Amino acid sequence: MNETAGRAPQDTPPCVAVRDLVRTYRGGRGASATEIRANDGISLTVRQGEIFGLLGPNGAGKSTLVRQLTGLLRPDSGSVELLGHDIVRHPERAARLLGYLGQESTALDELTVALAAETTGRLRGLSRAAARAAAAEVLAELGLEPIAARPLAKLSGGQRRLACFAAALVGERPLLVLDEPTTGMDPVARRAVWSAVDRRRAEHGTTVLLVTHNVIEAETVLDRVAVIDEGRVIACDTPGGLKALVDGDVRLDLVWRDEAPTGVPAVAALAARAERTGRRWTVRTTPEEARELVAAVTTGPAFAALDDFTLATPSLEDAYLKLGGRHGGLAK
Amino acid sequence: MTLLSVPPQTDRRAAAPAPLGPSARLLPALAAVYRAQLARARVARIPLLFVATFQSVGILVMMRGVVDAGQTSAARSVVAGSSVLVVAFVALNLLAQYFGKLRATGGLDHYATLPVPAASVVLGAAGAYASFTLPGTVATAVIGGVMFGLPLGQLWVLLAVVPLAGAALSGLGAACGLLAPRQEIATMLGQLGMSAALLLGVLPVDHLPQPVLWLRDLLPSTYGVEAFARTFDPDPDWGMVAADLGVCAAVGVASLSIATWAYRRAVSR
Repeated sequence: MNETAGRAPQDTPPCVAVRDLVRTYRGGRGASATEIRANDGISLTVRQGEIFGLLGPNGAGKSTLVRQLTGLLRPDSGSVELLGHDIVRHPERAARLLGYLGQESTALDELTVALAAETTGRLRGLSRAAARAAAAEVLAELGLEPIAARPLAKLSGGQRRLACFAAALVGERPLLVLDEPTTGMDPVARRAVWSAVDRRRAEHGTTVLLVTHNVIEAETVLDRVAVIDEGRVIACDTPGGLKALVDGDVRLDLVWRDEAPTGVPAVAALAARAERTGRRWTVRTTPEEARELVAAVTTGPAFAALDDFTLATPSLEDAYLKLGGRHGGLAK
Repeated sequence: MTLLSVPPQTDRRAAAPAPLGPSARLLPALAAVYRAQLARARVARIPLLFVATFQSVGILVMMRGVVDAGQTSAARSVVAGSSVLVVAFVALNLLAQYFGKLRATGGLDHYATLPVPAASVVLGAAGAYASFTLPGTVATAVIGGVMFGLPLGQLWVLLAVVPLAGAALSGLGAACGLLAPRQEIATMLGQLGMSAALLLGVLPVDHLPQPVLWLRDLLPSTYGVEAFARTFDPDPDWGMVAADLGVCAAVGVASLSIATWAYRRAVSR
């Protein structure tokens, strides 16, 4: 693995340094209580100016990791450093180094978009005038001005998320920690988020740590990505580097009109190893075998039963599966 | 695990820790939280303020059936008790529910990841909830005074009773909301506290059995009720009024300190 691969400047010092982080929970009650290792020895380094992703299915331990980085949760063991500050020893310093967008908006729900952003800025230590100016600037940047006077609780999920993102940006911080920022957003709002992130990186060298289970997003916006599964980092590289793991393989998707024509020998042979989602079969294989399969299903009775097929180069999800990640947890 | 899970190297470190961003100071942060909470009221709380006032006026009407108008201790405690009940409903019950909800849904993370003193969040919210109650308390006192033929000349004392009883009760409410292990328990504690304020504050003390009187003495709203009730007297004993309000203030300091501690505990798990 190349620690400094990616678009970010290679020689920047670390922004986030995590070493051997362990955090366990107790599951169940009384005698039947079991210990769940939500983070099982996580180590990673995010360099200044990087857009770094944590990718993994629900329950992989991403949010537990983020809560320790933001000083919300104390690790059982291991160390967390943000820009040279020991966050395990001084968790209160995290709030002065980072802007955090969590998954919940209940603290802001009954405020108007403008007041939510302004109040958050004031609580980051800005004066009233400065907070108001900064909030107005961010709302304009994200295109939130038309809904500035509406309470968050009355907005759609995507708009509310964008308003919370705006609040996270008011009061400049060198690190942004964003927990699934674009959930529920339409493409326009997503673009607004990514261009706001890019602008901050270009102008202030802002580092961004992003939690996602969205593969497309991970492939397009991240410099590097750590793949997390069952509380461990199973890989850490650029999206391109991870995909190189499955280089040479291709993915064939077959969609049947109705029942799969298992009378055709090639299809019958495929039945056991294809991963099935409704009428869709997905097979990962070599280009040679894929060519034979395509030839087999595009003739005769198989072709009559075929609704659609696609042959694609590997995605980050294929890399994730190859690495041994549990199946099906990522959004495409 | 795999060949890829090699731990990152630690050789290149930043020479010195980066400067910390500014943190919010106590009073400006308190003002910001207070202002935001008042704005929230416009969206979510006004119907509840009506409910609080109607409830107290309803109790006045009901008690008028059994208590005669005029300068009796029973009439005074009914009017004073109903008025302070508005404070208990909003500051204790609704604030317990608000903090209970915030804690259960992870909404406290928002404040916990901002560099804001715990006391600012607790005092800002408690102050705002106590302020909501002033119009309802005044309305109830005026209606009660008219119904029970009590003088309205000393109503200005509510300007001291509402903030001090409000501090005591909102501190209790915030502490209940932040300490309750589950949201439903926070709601239940808030409701219980309000019921206690209703029963022990409104009912005339002359006929209550001794153990109930002891309970009554333990409830901070009692001292707000007593202070207010004394001012209906043609010649109030201002020393006793001040003493009762002093108890409210002391309980307020204690309960708000506990609430601040409870907030710190709730955000650092």
